[in-house]
Amino acid sequence: MTVSQTSFGSHDSVLEVRDLVVQYVSDTRAITAVDRVSFDIGVGEIFGLAGESGCGKSTIANSIMRLLRHPALIAGGSITFGGRDVLAMDTDELRRFRWQDVAMVFQSAMNSLNPVMTIGDQMVDIFTTHAGYSRKESLRRSAQLLELVRIDPARLRSYPHQLSGGMRQRAVIAMAVALKPSLLILDEPTTALDVVVQQEIMAQIKDLQRELGFSVLFITHDMSLMVELSHRMAVMNSGRIVETAAAKTIHASPRHPYTQALMNAFPPLTGPRRPLRGLGDDVTFGDIPDLEEVTPGHFVAPAAPSLGASL
Amino acid sequence: MTDPTVPQIPSLEVQGLVKDFPSGGLFSRTSVRALGGVNLSIGRGEIVALVGESGSGKSTLARCVARLEKPTSGKILLDGVDVLRRDRFSASREYRSQVQMVFQDPFGSLNPAHRIEHFLTRSLEIHGKAHKGAALREQLAALLQTVGLSEDMLSSYPHELSGGQRQRVAIARALAVEPQVILADEPTSMLDVSVRIGILNLLARLRDEQGISMLYITHDLASARYLADRTAVMFAGELVEEGESLELLAEPAHPYTQLLVSAVPDPARSGSYDPEERARLRAAVMKSSSCAFDTDPNQRCSSSEPVRHQVGETGTHWVRCHLYRPQNASTAHTVAPSTALTETQAS
Repeated sequence: MTVSQTSFGSHDSVLEVRDLVVQYVSDTRAITAVDRVSFDIGVGEIFGLAGESGCGKSTIANSIMRLLRHPALIAGGSITFGGRDVLAMDTDELRRFRWQDVAMVFQSAMNSLNPVMTIGDQMVDIFTTHAGYSRKESLRRSAQLLELVRIDPARLRSYPHQLSGGMRQRAVIAMAVALKPSLLILDEPTTALDVVVQQEIMAQIKDLQRELGFSVLFITHDMSLMVELSHRMAVMNSGRIVETAAAKTIHASPRHPYTQALMNAFPPLTGPRRPLRGLGDDVTFGDIPDLEEVTPGHFVAPAAPSLGASL
Repeated sequence: MTDPTVPQIPSLEVQGLVKDFPSGGLFSRTSVRALGGVNLSIGRGEIVALVGESGSGKSTLARCVARLEKPTSGKILLDGVDVLRRDRFSASREYRSQVQMVFQDPFGSLNPAHRIEHFLTRSLEIHGKAHKGAALREQLAALLQTVGLSEDMLSSYPHELSGGQRQRVAIARALAVEPQVILADEPTSMLDVSVRIGILNLLARLRDEQGISMLYITHDLASARYLADRTAVMFAGELVEEGESLELLAEPAHPYTQLLVSAVPDPARSGSYDPEERARLRAAVMKSSSCAFDTDPNQRCSSSEPVRHQVGETGTHWVRCHLYRPQNASTAHTVAPSTALTETQAS
């Protein structure tokens, strides 16, 4: 934690997202999936993005990686990575940008491995394609990477189906950090896994982060997990950020009614058993206003008091 | 829960249930033991949670009880009647209407080509419980209302519904035949957080209002604590600990239960355990085919079956582990539940 605190205060940001607007367009109408979203991620910082399915958090991740395809359209705003305009990159620049600068681990990444190639061949591919290493050198580095996530390098010769779900997910994380990216995007990296495996993978991501110093954009709907891992976080609803602050601050004093509801959507493991209400199928807030700073570093969108009552 | 003055026959009970899956080639006769003699009972109007990791055998148990798998040996008693003897080869229609299953994946368990009306009507018709004409419509509407959906959804297709709504339809389909027991296999793990609580509340309401018994299978300990009256912990095909949910999770006695509890993310307890040590312990758990926790060479689980020890005073909480020492024992070897894990790690 101490490492993060120092880098947290340094104000050097690796990624700046400003007033990002993403729309899904059809012939007749446009749906705004991400609406005027702004945030920074500092060097070595773990930044969390929380919210339910459909709130736009994965769309933001895909915008940063420039993976959006028609009908999704970036309709406004800017994404700056290390001073470079990500939205203006051409194909060649993008190829270098992806994986070398920013790597992403998808939700069911363990199923994204090629089933007919060994783990080793898939890892070697990364080095030969993106870094131009020889096969021998690539194999050596692949073995190191597996050791980094505590998988026996002998597994380089294994096929994905010979590994457990947790091992596959760790192998994918190892691949993501292969080229030492400055930013790692984790989109629900442990949703499909058991609690114990999840715990282990999160601990490993923390270790890797401490060792390699990359920044993380961590996306999940699990608030407890996010608070445990992230330094700073933002909560999204209906494409807008409703609250952002240090993770501990949000955990201790959530201000927005939606943040409070999301925190209450999980039953606790301690304390008395009391009925919870959850959020219902379609809790959305109409027009979410811009954020206001309530205490230093803690920004909240003002919410109508009646909304809080209705939750 | 139940009136203690009346002798109770459990709604559902399994005794010594064993399930072996054959493995290996055509001529080898090896097998993998998925269930190693499980005893579990569920009272009337009681929810029992079965927790454990993937591969611990929880789903196999549910599938055996639902008679989707044929148990190798053991008994399944419904209202005290041994159903494996009564209908030897496959479950009777009567049994299927008494024991219903709700699956994990509401996206896969509803045929996309049919409207919601179809799933419910078909269930009712197969079991001869469908009303005629306009009364059928009322029957369907009432079912949807029970699970918190509106009547308009009868003409919807599954793809038009959200995950939570689909799981509600799956529950309505199970309810259609008025079951006595529902086996819910991770019914919320594929749903968004925001709708999970709604499903759990629905299951609790069915227990309270209709007296339905449930086996709730999950790896989410917090939801087990929230929903279930009792919780049983499964490890490598055997129940290792069972007790009233709040008590069990407050004072887990088995090192495996402690491992599970410690893995639940909880910012309030952050840093209260050593991740390095736990990772090592977990690796040991994964490697071992039986119990990875036995360290006492004279009392290994592999050589002698651990007996049940009662934990605490309530009489509902027991653990099966050689390492367990009751707290009031006068021996120097007293192991408080919270320190049992540390002791295993130290050796």
